[in-house]
Amino acid sequence: MKTFIALISALLLSISVLGSAVATPVDTYEFKSVDNQKRALELAHSLRCPQCQNQNLIDSNSPVAQDLRLEVYQMVDAGKADEEIINFMTSRYGEFVLYKPKMEAKTYALWLGPIGLLLIGLLIGFIFVRKQRISGAVEQEISAEDQAELDKLLKRASK
Amino acid sequence: MKNRLVLFIPLVLFLVMGVFLYKGLFLNPQQLDSALEGKPIPAFQLERLENANEIITNESLKGQVSLLNVWATWCPSCKYEHPHLMRLARQNILPIYGINYRDERPLAIRELSREGDPYTMNIFDHDGRLGLDLGVYGAPESYLVDHNGIIRYRYAGPIDMRVWNETLYPMIQELQAQARAEGAS
Repeated sequence: MKTFIALISALLLSISVLGSAVATPVDTYEFKSVDNQKRALELAHSLRCPQCQNQNLIDSNSPVAQDLRLEVYQMVDAGKADEEIINFMTSRYGEFVLYKPKMEAKTYALWLGPIGLLLIGLLIGFIFVRKQRISGAVEQEISAEDQAELDKLLKRASK
Repeated sequence: MKNRLVLFIPLVLFLVMGVFLYKGLFLNPQQLDSALEGKPIPAFQLERLENANEIITNESLKGQVSLLNVWATWCPSCKYEHPHLMRLARQNILPIYGINYRDERPLAIRELSREGDPYTMNIFDHDGRLGLDLGVYGAPESYLVDHNGIIRYRYAGPIDMRVWNETLYPMIQELQAQARAEGAS
């Protein structure tokens, strides 16, 4: 009987350990509604942790990310708009926290650069193809001298 | 001849990119610009670390050029920074206000009595609320505040002699000169 109880408790323990391993940090916060939860998680996913810079607020376990995550959740539950929350974050941690930078004079190169490069590429390709076509269209004339030389070489090769 | 020069364009592009990327190798991604530079210290009302009955507000920090230093007992880099701060405190160049960030009061008080206290006074930011408003993302961080209570510079990381001599001290001298000039007029 004792061994049976020990076995069961070991099993329960392993289940609880496994359970906590897959749990997300979100579980500790009770949202007012499912919609709020969805919106808050989306927002937190789009904000970067200032401490561990390649993780978003959900991924990161650093204390500052925990604080900011909670702040986002509470602000969403308080009915704040996305824009307000993003302003709150950028006024403290700078534009850096946005994974998707704002469209402004400073970031035009970032947003429009790829389109510009694509256009330049297309232009170069277009010019190149046109040049090829023009030069290909003209029949290459060969002088009589060259033709004689060529015949001679061909004859030698066929021997 | 003109066509030959065109052939060099990719090489030139490559070299320009190479220079940029090479420079990028020596940038520190941890060194972020603070969004608060040029803005006043955020409003706060917090207890003094040494005395829970004494309330410190953002108004308390105005009047002279000062250094705000975010620290905690759980922060190893703060221990590295500590002797440098002690030395600066002895030189008495400007008041150093400590922000005890997400820490326990007894631990912090014990640490200061054991290791020495470089701070003019300490703000007890137990919940990290002031830290959040300041955009603190890890201790230690230091903020240079002018006599009007405007944040002029943020340094993330421990202050040592090199940072002090090369960056902070020249800025402090400049700010103090400005403060004197405004005080005289």
